[in-house]
Amino acid sequence: MASTIRVRATANGDTTEVQALIQHPMDSGFVKNAKGDLIPAHFIQQVTFECNGKSVFVADWGTAVSKDPYVKFSFKGGNKGDDLKIGWVDNKGQSDTTTAKIA
Amino acid sequence: MTLFSCRLILALPLIGTVTVMATPAPAATDADFKAAYAAADAANKEAGQLRNQWTVTATALTDAKKAADAGDFDKAVAEAKQAEALAKASVFQAKSEKEAWKAEVIR
Amino acid sequence: MRTATQTVFAALALVTLALSGATVKAADSVDPAAEAKAFQKYFTTKFPKLKLEDFVNGPYSLNEDMHRQWVEKEEFPPYEFSLDAGKEMFTKPFKNGKTYADCFPDKGIGIRQNYPYFDEKEGKVITLELALNRCREANGEAPFSYVKDDMASLTAYMAFTSRGKPFDIKIPSDPRALAAFENGKEYFYTRRGQLNFSCASCHVQNPGERIRAEILAPALGILNAMPIYRSEWGGMGTISRRFTSCNSQTRGVPLEPQSDDYRDLEYYLSYVSNGLPISGPGARP
Repeated sequence: MASTIRVRATANGDTTEVQALIQHPMDSGFVKNAKGDLIPAHFIQQVTFECNGKSVFVADWGTAVSKDPYVKFSFKGGNKGDDLKIGWVDNKGQSDTTTAKIA
Repeated sequence: MTLFSCRLILALPLIGTVTVMATPAPAATDADFKAAYAAADAANKEAGQLRNQWTVTATALTDAKKAADAGDFDKAVAEAKQAEALAKASVFQAKSEKEAWKAEVIR
Repeated sequence: MRTATQTVFAALALVTLALSGATVKAADSVDPAAEAKAFQKYFTTKFPKLKLEDFVNGPYSLNEDMHRQWVEKEEFPPYEFSLDAGKEMFTKPFKNGKTYADCFPDKGIGIRQNYPYFDEKEGKVITLELALNRCREANGEAPFSYVKDDMASLTAYMAFTSRGKPFDIKIPSDPRALAAFENGKEYFYTRRGQLNFSCASCHVQNPGERIRAEILAPALGILNAMPIYRSEWGGMGTISRRFTSCNSQTRGVPLEPQSDDYRDLEYYLSYVSNGLPISGPGARP
């Protein structure tokens, strides 16, 4: 099954810019389906970014984040060729991780 | 009787709106509803032939049926008359647009 | 309001034309090439700062802030998942061993700009979505819903293989093809729904203006980015989805996807955008 995480990380001097697109329904639990039943809440609770084993970005998400969330941030440090590991966990206990190299 | 006629004349412009007249008019019956609904449905079908039905017409028809099922025939008739007015307007729109569209074309 | 004045002037012009004996009837004096030229001129005059190819990005070209957002979005487009799914679907064989490539010229790659086309045998307009479902049915597969994700993924991939290629819609000198073009044009300008809007009300008379919080796209190039990932939908949508939802938004009951009027409408809109590059799949607010 293909990864749900697309990531691009580029080092610019001493700053690394990271963009990630995560495939996830992010159901709030308030929306009804065509039959009128509530679609149960299913959303990412935490997403983490680690560079060379060190945590550089942690986000605690909830139902206000939309479907297929896109996140973009920069952090100091990180060099070309370094490993960037991204992981998420959702409220159903599902998770996914991926590792990319900083370009 | 004169008083009654005066009220009728005043009421004429209100026909076609969903105004419930709290007058000594007799309560609507299931037969009244069926007649009103049939008229609305026929007009809506004509709009369908012209491929120009309105979503609000369908809603009014459904609401009319729901009210009738609940036994509220006054409301059912009012909704059906509203549906008929909407359906007739959609037919009018389709017919007049048959020529009117040409005026909008970029030349 | 500008619209009222335009209508009055247009009505006067119509009366003058009628008096001079000219008819605004179809088939007699249809000149699609001249119409496409006038159509494109209208928009390039309205937005002199835009190049012709900018129109394919709709509202993103009409507003500084929107343009900046578009540039960022293109770095990591939300339609990526659908596009990848589409590529997988396109290459996967049917149960009988054949593939979509067997149904289309050039194996289905880089052909999106030729659709829709007028099929002279059938006497009707064939759109890409319709052709895809016919391909499926011809090979024993169930057709996809025209408005949902599978069809969107497939058309996203096919559009992607045509990125940059200009729309090249042909109208054969067959009176039925001209009639289809005219019918599409009539549909485009006809007011419908309780809100009494035509496609033109928003996309010809008010591009760049707002309808509630959205900025309206110009009609020129409006299909070039299809299918689109629309933030409003939280997902992908096909041309069929856009036509049906536009109808219901004006409180008109939508027609069935791929009904004749919609096919003719797509034919008209694509033809008048001939020369503009395919930019699909796209993203919209």
